[in-house]
Order: sequence, then C-alpha cells, then structure tokens
Amino acid sequence: MITSAFKTVNEIFAFPPTLLPSTWHWENFTEVFTFQPYALHYANSLYIAVLVTAGTLLVSSLAGYAFARISFKGSSLLFLILLSGMMMPNEVTIIPNFITMKSLGWTNTHLPLILIPILGMGGVLGTFMMRQYFLNLPQDLEDAAMMDGLNRFGIYWRIALPIARPALTSVAILTFLSSWNAFLDPLIYLDDLALFTIPLSLRGFTDQYGAPLWNVQLAATTLAVLPVLVFYVVAQRQVVESFSLSGSKG
Amino acid sequence: MDIPSESSLSTSKRAAGMGFKLKQRDSLMGYMFIAPQLLGFLAFVLGPLLAVFVFSFQSRNLLTGKVTFIGLENYRQMLAGDPHFLKVLGTSLIFMLGLVPLNMVIALGLALLLARNLAGSTLFRTVFFSPIVTSTVAWGIVWRFVLQGEEGSLNQFLQLFGIHGPNWLQEPFWAMTSVVVTRVLKNVGLNIIIFLAAIKDLPKEYVEAASVDGANPWQILRHIILPFLAPTIMLVTVVTVIGSLNVLDHIILLTSGGPSNATMVLAYYVYFAAFRIYETGYASTLAVVLFLTALLLTLVQWRVRKKVVYNER
Repeated sequence: MITSAFKTVNEIFAFPPTLLPSTWHWENFTEVFTFQPYALHYANSLYIAVLVTAGTLLVSSLAGYAFARISFKGSSLLFLILLSGMMMPNEVTIIPNFITMKSLGWTNTHLPLILIPILGMGGVLGTFMMRQYFLNLPQDLEDAAMMDGLNRFGIYWRIALPIARPALTSVAILTFLSSWNAFLDPLIYLDDLALFTIPLSLRGFTDQYGAPLWNVQLAATTLAVLPVLVFYVVAQRQVVESFSLSGSKG
Repeated sequence: MDIPSESSLSTSKRAAGMGFKLKQRDSLMGYMFIAPQLLGFLAFVLGPLLAVFVFSFQSRNLLTGKVTFIGLENYRQMLAGDPHFLKVLGTSLIFMLGLVPLNMVIALGLALLLARNLAGSTLFRTVFFSPIVTSTVAWGIVWRFVLQGEEGSLNQFLQLFGIHGPNWLQEPFWAMTSVVVTRVLKNVGLNIIIFLAAIKDLPKEYVEAASVDGANPWQILRHIILPFLAPTIMLVTVVTVIGSLNVLDHIILLTSGGPSNATMVLAYYVYFAAFRIYETGYASTLAVVLFLTALLLTLVQWRVRKKVVYNER
C-alpha cells in the first residue's frame, strides 16, 4: 500500500480503477516544473537544509563536547534545563517565536527557518547526542594533547571532532531530514511563492477551485520523496541507527 | 541523568592539577562553547515559554498588533465561555487513546515478528521504517489521495469486493479514524526499532529453557517476553503519548481540523486561534494548557525512566 501509492503517479485525469496507466504520461513530471517554480523550491529546501545541518553540527558539537568534557560551574544544571525543553511540543512556542520574528522583520524570509532549528529544540537534540557520544569516549588522546600544551579549542577541533564522526553523521542525518521535511515553520513564516520550500510547494498543485491536480501533484510528490527514499535505502543502517540513538535515550 | 559522569570527575581532577589560572580559562572556554546553544535555547524555547504565559493574560491581535492587559479573562473565557474548548479537549483525548494503543500493539507485534528473522524480514523492516524519513506533507498528500470518497484508491479497492466505503476524510468518525491510523503508520517504525533493540537483549536461554519445559509460544510470550520488555514498553508508551501532542502538521494536511471540528485537537486549536482568527492572547492561553499537559507527561516520563534504571540495577 505504502509503495503502490507512489506508483500511481503517472495516471491521467480520468480515474478508472486501473493499477497501471494506459499510457505513461511522463509530461506530468515536466508539468511539475512549469506549474510552479518547483526547481526554485527544491533549491530553497536544499540550501536551507544544508545551512541548518552545518550550523547544528557546529553548535551542538561545541556544546555537547563542553558538557561532556569541561567542568564548569553549573554545567549539570544548565544541561538539565536544556534537557527539559526537549519534550516540548512545537505548537507551544510558535506564537512567541512568530511575534519575535515579526518584530525583527524576519517573517517572509528564510532566516527563521534556519536559525530556529539550529538554536532551538533541534539543536538541543544534537547537543544531547553529542554529549552522550563524548561521554563514552576514552580521554587518553585528549589528555596527551593537553600535556603537549594544546588549548581547549584546539583539542576540540583537531582531536575530538574527527573521532566523533559517527555521532556527527547521525546528527547530520537527523537534522537534514528534519529540515528538508519541515512543514509547520515554513507554513507560518513564508508568504512569497518564490521563497517556498518543497513541503509548501507540494500543496500548491491545485486548480482554481483549490482542488488538487492529482496527477501533477503526485508527480511532484514523487520527485520530492524519491531522493530521500533512495538515500534511505542505500544508507539504511546508518539512518536507522541515527534515529534509534536519538529515540532510546531522549 | 543525576549520576555524575566518570569523565567529569576525572576532568575536575585534571583541572585541579592544571593550576588555578588554567582551570579558570578552561571554565571560561566551557561557557563559550555552550553559549550558542544555550543562548539560542533561551531565545527560542525558554523565552517563548515564559512569553506564552505572559501573553495568556493579554488580549492580542496578530494583525493589528494591539495588546491589552486583561488579567484572567482569557482563562475564564476558556473554561466557562468557550463551547469549543471542552470538545477540543475531548477530541485530543480520543486521539491520544486511539493512537497510543494502536501504535504500541502494532509496534510490539511487528517487532516480535521481525525479531525471528524470517524470510523477507529485512524487506519488511525497510518498508515499515520508510514512512519516517518521508515528509509529513508527502505522507499527507498521498493519503488524501487514497482516502478520497469517490475516486480514492481505498474505496476503489473495496469496490472490487462490493463494499461501498465511506468518505474517509469527510465523515467525522471516519476522519478521526483515518487521522489516527495514518499517523500511527507513519511513526510506528520508530517504536518497532526500539522494541527490536530491546528484544535483542532478551537472553535466549530463558526462552529455550521454557520451551524445553513444554511451554507453548503464547505462554512464553506472556510469562517471559512481556515482563522482560515491560520497562521498555512503559517508556515507549510515555514517549508516544507525549509525541501524540505534536500532531499539528498532520492534521492541517489531512483534514484542517474538520469535518466540523471533528479532528480539532488542542494543538490545532492553538494554531487556529493564533493564525486563523489572530487572537494570539487566547491562543497563548490554549498553548499554556498544552504546555502544562506536556510538562505533566514529561514528569511522568522521568519517574518511569528512573524506575526503569533502578530495575535494571
């Protein structure tokens, strides 16, 4: 059922109950690009997801490393505070965040879509996972480096980060997927068609009455989902591992 | 979480050996490292949480930007004057009561099946986990297509057996059912993975000893497997319950809270009040209720987690 729904993308307007179409209308796919600036939306989603992933990796690895390795006053308390916010439903914070963004004049831009995931709950999950990983890592390499006089940042940048590649990969996968598939925040913040991301774009394949043009819309949906599915099938073990790492502990 | 980590103990020992000045600098570095995350958290999570409380005592209009302080009026309105509120709470409860057991039963059942590594297990595993990586929008669009009244794939499939299916998304009862089932299908993979991992930890000797003693599969399930999995089941249940609060995008895509508000859960009501009628003050009041619910459930989750860790010891 799950996969067959994707297969009927190539059907035509008439809906006789056939599983395969009589002729394969490949022009449905090209129409996707003329109906809406789909390529632009694709690019939007892509660059936003890349920025969010990069930013989250940086912020969360820094914070996760510090919480795991550096002893400073209040670190446990601060970490607990971060942790407590993790389970908050998104809907609770959207109103004030929207008002903040509005007063900054950042609504209808991509800035909230980039900053909020990095600095908000998405980033916190990353911090949690990075800290978990660093806690389980033996410190010998870092101790040796510290004896040799390398400062804290150097240790982080040259030693801890390279060792942390598995955790970084997990965080990257989760963050990228989360940003790529994000629907609510773009819905609330974006008005201009040119700024849309794919999730928003997919909803736009409608006729003048607002009813969906199924054949084109499903074609667009396929285009959106296919890369993700392909990546998932290829990197399956890693993807599933990333999710279970985040779920079982958090 | 309350257990001091080994590394922080040895870190402070090292820090002590480092000399005072260096330790201070190290602490400073620590603060700087966490600064981006912490400040961001303050700005986009903690701050908004407090703001929502403040807003709930005001009447705010999102369009005009007008703000007036009205004290407890929103709360009074919500509890006494709003006929929708009670209905929304009820709908949210029904949603939760429908989703969680369904999710748990399917997840546990499938995990137990998959743990046997029968032929085709890997394929099944792939298929069941794949909805998680797809976007909610794609999921919503496909299901809206399938669940259409006249031309939807599901009804056409049922036609083959002479069954005339209802309009799945337009009739109140079926709309709720559809929302619950499609939501479960999307997220059940996650729980399956967690259960699979827990099942792997089950010592095989227990099961083998029991079957040698003549126990049938049902008895093994009831008396050995389930008690062993009980802590995990409890934990996953609470996490799933909390997750069921966060269902706004799914409902926006499938039913927009309809038909006639049959699928309007609390999260949707918050969205509706803020971005459809622009009453952000009242919406904040609703958000406070949502927050308190989540808080309560999170506390329950911590209690359960503590018990689980204790039991494991």
